[in-house]
Amino acid sequence: MDGVSFEIQDGEFFSMLGPSGSGKTTCLRLIAGFEQPDAGSIVIHGANVEGVPPYRRDVNTVFQDYALFPHLSVMENVEYGLMIRKVAPAERRRRSQEMLGLVKLEAMGARKPNQLSGGQRQRVALARALINRPSVLLLDEPLGALDLKLREQMQEELKSLQRQVGITFIYVTHDQGEALAMSDRLAVFNRGRIEQIGAPAQIYEHPATAFVAGFVGVSNVCTGELAQRLTGSGQAFAIRPEKIIMTAASDPGPPGWLSVTGRVRAVTYHGATTRYSVAVDGGGELAVMRQNAAESLNAAQAGDAVRLAWPRQLNQPLAEGA
Amino acid sequence: MSATFAQPSLGSRISTKLYLHPKLLLLLLLAPPLLWLGVIYLGSLFALLLQSFFYIDEFSGNIVREFSLVTYEQLFTRANADIFIRTTLMAAAVTIAAAVIAFPLAYYMVRYASMKMKAALYLAVMLPLWSSYLVRVYAWKLILAKEGIVPWFAAKLHLTWLLEVVLSIPVIGGPSLSISYIGSFLVFLYIWLPFMILPIVAALERVPASLTEASADLGATPAQTFRKVILPLAFPGVVAGSIFTFSLTLGDYIIPGIIGNSRPFIGQAVYQLQGTAGNIPLAAAFTIVPIVIMAIYLTAARRLGAFDAL
Repeated sequence: MDGVSFEIQDGEFFSMLGPSGSGKTTCLRLIAGFEQPDAGSIVIHGANVEGVPPYRRDVNTVFQDYALFPHLSVMENVEYGLMIRKVAPAERRRRSQEMLGLVKLEAMGARKPNQLSGGQRQRVALARALINRPSVLLLDEPLGALDLKLREQMQEELKSLQRQVGITFIYVTHDQGEALAMSDRLAVFNRGRIEQIGAPAQIYEHPATAFVAGFVGVSNVCTGELAQRLTGSGQAFAIRPEKIIMTAASDPGPPGWLSVTGRVRAVTYHGATTRYSVAVDGGGELAVMRQNAAESLNAAQAGDAVRLAWPRQLNQPLAEGA
Repeated sequence: MSATFAQPSLGSRISTKLYLHPKLLLLLLLAPPLLWLGVIYLGSLFALLLQSFFYIDEFSGNIVREFSLVTYEQLFTRANADIFIRTTLMAAAVTIAAAVIAFPLAYYMVRYASMKMKAALYLAVMLPLWSSYLVRVYAWKLILAKEGIVPWFAAKLHLTWLLEVVLSIPVIGGPSLSISYIGSFLVFLYIWLPFMILPIVAALERVPASLTEASADLGATPAQTFRKVILPLAFPGVVAGSIFTFSLTLGDYIIPGIIGNSRPFIGQAVYQLQGTAGNIPLAAAFTIVPIVIMAIYLTAARRLGAFDAL
């Protein structure tokens, strides 16, 4: 990791998004204290935590594999932090019962972790990390092991839980949809550096680099010769597939819009949307996404000649060399 | 081709038959071990148990084959009770020392050692098992004897006085290390140590490193993490190892015969009774004792929750 510098607001839901090996998990482990930085500093609530071991940091972690203690019951797992702090047993019971209530597992206290489903284990890990009332909660791909439906449900629950407890969440994920849906702000990591930091809409609508444009959602990244032909300048830009309108090739296209003709190469049906890969006349390829409203069904077949058009101002200029 | 399908070979027919009847396959696979365990192992154990209820006629020296508790009366004399206590205490001491030495090494092997280092350590732990047991025990005799390596080394370091202090300790000391309980203890410990290290390594391998991190994350100091997480999860391994070290020490008759004062251990007593004395019933009764001690030990270990994390 190199030159990674950012500040997180109190009570913020902050995501670190990036492909595996991009440094996001390392960054999380540095904040938790499992690893020490070679250079630079980490400040939590005004206190520099250099050389402070994990057990003296006011930070708790939800691990990717949950890391529940297999020899302890669910209740004992949740109580663990309080037991270590030598909180009286009665108080411990009360607070852990309260935390189990918060994650809707009141009835599961006596079970062992291996008797729970993946989603339930995830909640136990959450309750265990929250019981110490940390100033920051770190979550390392906590939903990675869950199936799609459960993941979507847990995303909503996590988000509302965060609002409820008002603790800063730092959330690591490689799932751009998850990061966009949950975060107040997110940082996009690539090769140990941060490519862009911003609110989800800002990142999606105004990607700063080709990497961000390609990693967050789907983008047509136009560079060099293709960009030259489309806009008249060699400046690289990105355009989202859903911003492009597709009409018959004979249609002149709205006045003032960028427009180009091509031939549909492939059609991929995604349910709510259909994606068309269009080979642009003169070289290059653009993806177009269309909502499957009733009239757009079978809008074009592979091999059809089409015109693509979009407003020029939707082009997102990209930083050079990225 | 069609002919091949119409008339499959005998081997292929047998394969098909076994595939379609998995229970038959299971029976074939289990028959040899069940015969071995059931008839040869358990059978001879019961024969042994039975022998212990016979007794030897003191005048003729013949075995009287009728049920009696005469042999058990002989077993619980003062001298024999001393043998049991001596052997059990030695086995306990060896087991505790082995666990204390093995745990840090096993922990290092699992958590810190590189792949190469780990392979080297495995080799170092196993290597002694490849050479003759007797050779190794006699080698220790040379190391511990009065003119052996340890006293020579102690003299070079001007520590002869320390050796003398150790040897002058009542009961466990003696004229030299090779003729004392300390000597037998050291050799038992050396010989059985691999049997403690390997199960602890296996147990620690199953404890994910993230549990240690989770514990630290929740505020536990390394010492607390060790007590509350690592030790409970590795404990089944320690118990498995202790079953080896404890029972092997209980039954061994070679080490105390070569190194130690001449006070007998259970194994030696059995050896003498069934050999020179020809008192098979008493030898059998003696053999029952370690079995009973192990049963008590395992029950206690279970009560302590040693198998909870399995």
